[in-house]
Amino acid sequence: MAGREVFSSTASNPLGRPRGIWSALHIDPILLFLLVALIFCGLFVLYSGADRNIDVVKAQGLRFGIAFVVMLVFAQLDPSVFRRWAPWLYGLGIVGLVAVMFVGIGAKGAQRWLALPGLPRFQPSELMKLVVPMMAAWYLSRYFLPPKLSRVGVGLVIVLLPMLLIVKQPDLGTALLVGMAGLFVVFFAGMSWKLISAFVVMVSVAAPVMWFFGMREYQKQRVLTLLDPQSDPLGAGWNIIQSKTAIGSGGFDGKGWLQGTQSHLEFLPESHTDFIMAVLAEEFGFVGIVILLSVYFLIILRCLYISVTAQDSFSRLVAAALTMTFFIYVFVNMGMVSGLLPVVGVPLPLISYGGTSIVTLMAAFGILMSIHTHRRMITA
Amino acid sequence: MPWGEFKDTAAERRLFQRRVVVMLMFVFLLMAGLVARMYQLQVVEHDIYTTLSDKNRVQVQSVPPPRGLVYDRNHELLAENRPVFSVTVVPERVGGMDATLEQLSGILDVSDEDLERFQRRLREPRRPFQEIPLRYDLTEDEIARLAVHRHELPGVEVEAELVRYYPHGELTAHALGFVGRINRKELQRIDPVNYAGTNYIGKSGVERFYEDVLHGKVGYQNVETNARGRTLRVLARENPVPGEDVQLHLDLRLQERAYKLLDGRRGAIVAIEPSTGGILALASVPGFDANKFVTGISVPDYRELSESKDKPLFNRALRGQYPPGSTLKPMLAIAALDSGAVTRDHSIWDPGYFELKTGGRPWRDWKRGGHGWVDLNLAMAQSCDVYFYKAAEEMGVDTIHSYLSRFGFGEDATLDVSGALSGLLPSPDWKRATRNKPWYPGDTINLGIGQGFMLSTPLQLATATALIANRGQWVEPRLLKDIEGDHPVEEFLPTETHEPLKLKDPSDWEFVAEAMEEVMQGARGTARAAGRGASYRMAGKSGTAQVFSLAEDEEYDADEVRERLRDHALFIGFAPVKNPQIAVAVIVENGGGGSSTAAPVARAMFDAWLLEFSETAEGALVSKTDSEKEVH
Repeated sequence: MAGREVFSSTASNPLGRPRGIWSALHIDPILLFLLVALIFCGLFVLYSGADRNIDVVKAQGLRFGIAFVVMLVFAQLDPSVFRRWAPWLYGLGIVGLVAVMFVGIGAKGAQRWLALPGLPRFQPSELMKLVVPMMAAWYLSRYFLPPKLSRVGVGLVIVLLPMLLIVKQPDLGTALLVGMAGLFVVFFAGMSWKLISAFVVMVSVAAPVMWFFGMREYQKQRVLTLLDPQSDPLGAGWNIIQSKTAIGSGGFDGKGWLQGTQSHLEFLPESHTDFIMAVLAEEFGFVGIVILLSVYFLIILRCLYISVTAQDSFSRLVAAALTMTFFIYVFVNMGMVSGLLPVVGVPLPLISYGGTSIVTLMAAFGILMSIHTHRRMITA
Repeated sequence: MPWGEFKDTAAERRLFQRRVVVMLMFVFLLMAGLVARMYQLQVVEHDIYTTLSDKNRVQVQSVPPPRGLVYDRNHELLAENRPVFSVTVVPERVGGMDATLEQLSGILDVSDEDLERFQRRLREPRRPFQEIPLRYDLTEDEIARLAVHRHELPGVEVEAELVRYYPHGELTAHALGFVGRINRKELQRIDPVNYAGTNYIGKSGVERFYEDVLHGKVGYQNVETNARGRTLRVLARENPVPGEDVQLHLDLRLQERAYKLLDGRRGAIVAIEPSTGGILALASVPGFDANKFVTGISVPDYRELSESKDKPLFNRALRGQYPPGSTLKPMLAIAALDSGAVTRDHSIWDPGYFELKTGGRPWRDWKRGGHGWVDLNLAMAQSCDVYFYKAAEEMGVDTIHSYLSRFGFGEDATLDVSGALSGLLPSPDWKRATRNKPWYPGDTINLGIGQGFMLSTPLQLATATALIANRGQWVEPRLLKDIEGDHPVEEFLPTETHEPLKLKDPSDWEFVAEAMEEVMQGARGTARAAGRGASYRMAGKSGTAQVFSLAEDEEYDADEVRERLRDHALFIGFAPVKNPQIAVAVIVENGGGGSSTAAPVARAMFDAWLLEFSETAEGALVSKTDSEKEVH
């Protein structure tokens, strides 16, 4: 197989010298192939989810173009660059998040954006999805692993500080992703199972406290709605009921492309953004969902392989944490759309319509490609 | 790298690899969980969600049947359905009701009345997602303006609706009745399925009595709608069964003539075809435009109608209960003859007054000084009161009551006339029960000339007249002549309950008819002026009913008081005497003398029916039945 050849040639590059076009471009062709396949299929679903609005597809295509450029740029950089920049970027991100609290702009009662004069509008929390794992990896990889208790503590502070700032915006979805990204670093660094158990216990104790003191009314509502969507079928429960109806009525092989009645008759809200998975499920059925999950699984497998073959702890930790963040995206979105998890604003990665997350995700894949293509022959 | 620590890269890599394996298992498990969840939704529970999705998408809409039309006997249209465009609001679908109404008021001409009516209907119980009309009869301009703003106004729709229209407005309002919006009480009575798409129901008259026939059967259509309830396409349709078209005995031309004859006065005319009992004309003047009531009359309009002293909403023909006065004398003559109280040539001396055998105050004859020697024929022709006082005294109240009840007095003898009243046929029992007083002999004497407690409606008088015209053969008055379709009309009419009035000597009918002919055409008949110059023979009897008092709280100026205290003029009659074609009862309120005011009206009705319309009416009737025979 051609893929296998490319795979082996990259893996056994003894001198670390660029060999072939892929290495010259610092691109992992397998990952690239999987991503392109996913994005291509996603655009078809998007066309249906946006009710045949070709402009939406064009805008999304343009975004992928930009995101590809970002990915390529990140892939060219040596992993050590990320390591060196991590503390600075982290500091910048924290400042940005604090600034958002005071001068941020946004909508629907949440302040997420920072509009600095002379710069394009951007979302510091989105940046933190990449920077927090890098910062945690930077800190933990400086010492021997597994980390001592105190260093785990510092690592957790590094993760939780931005997470809390994002919760305050409030943006539960992003906070969750940022926090998970950082926690995965601590996990992969070798945090002891005892500590993990203690941490889990702590979280389960903190959850009720969060419920009464930390969560906003609409966030509580989302959780309550998950537990009993029928309690408010025309209000908060509407999304869940309609998306489950869309998914369920799709059946084994779906209603066919552009034939989904739930989305095209406007019963399904957010059908081209967060709930696009329901459109796919309705039109392509269980078969479509299994294929989609397989593609995601292959991407995750490839990325975990990249992290396992990475040559230093920083790269390993960053690669694995970003991979797992990608998985969390997939799981939270699909769990939410299928009524397993509360409705939090997490898009279906690389398929949902929307700008920032696509760029961040592709940047993460750029980092993974950089890690994979900048390995040098070091004998242990 | 800080001092004092050193890294074991191989150990770190192994640790990392173990953790990746753990995470891989974690990922695999969660993904399997997602697949399981999807399998549950899409395969196991697929049917449930398919149903939900179809229920979302497909809505069953009722299609109201078009209401049956109403024709007169010559197939002249009396009630039809007209498309009317109205703007409706579905409260469940609008964003904010106040804002929506305000915006609509900016686009359309919405009056305070419209708003008030809308708010009233908003509070009434109704079906969920049922639209509430805000304004009817939109102009094309308004429809266009609404179309421009449609996207800003969820839940607001322009609807074309078939609305009842009475092309002859005032002429037919009392005879036909009218339809109106279904109200709270009716909502509980009607079949919710069959009326699912219907907004109107017969409120009175024929529209009410034949509601089931006229309404038809509801149809359905499955339509695909989007989340905002807009219909996108019709998937399947079961057509409604339209209401049956109904033909009445009514003759619009005669009806029109009746209104013209009473124009400017207050009164009623009922004309019946004796052979069938069919009501040819049923006029109550003044009338009103029933079309105003169909979509809901405005408050000032209603106040004007209901507070008018002339009471246009009051159906005098069916519900006006008047003392019959001397028009009762032909029926009393039958009673007196058949009961043996008098014989045909029994004569009395009328000194101008009458005293009971037991004495007491005298009863006056209308003619001072009396009629001298009178037999029954002359007593009828001249309306001699004393003769009938004596006859009444001879018969006694029970005999009179028994005969008069056979004429349909004291009951609603109609088959299908909705809202007809039964008048009052007094009896000792009745007086004891309602007034707690014994029946005095004087009460019988009063009854002998149709005064006292006795009350009857013009329709009852016409019915009794038709009975005389038919020589005792009962035909209950009816409006329905025919219903389109295969079913014979008898299926829709209630069964006839009256036995023919058989006399011991049937030729008494001819005697009384001839006496009534004397009234119109005899040398001494009271209504001979009205009967003069006719090319056919007619029978009749005039009457005058005293107006006792005016309601105390009513205010009239002096001239009006004088006018409103005048007697009611009454007249009954039929023509021709042999083989009668028409029986008529006329009342002109405060019209004065029956022979001078009411008799000419009856004569004009006879002329119209027998001379002016007869040929065409008969011709149409004959040719129609002939052509029907050929078809079947």
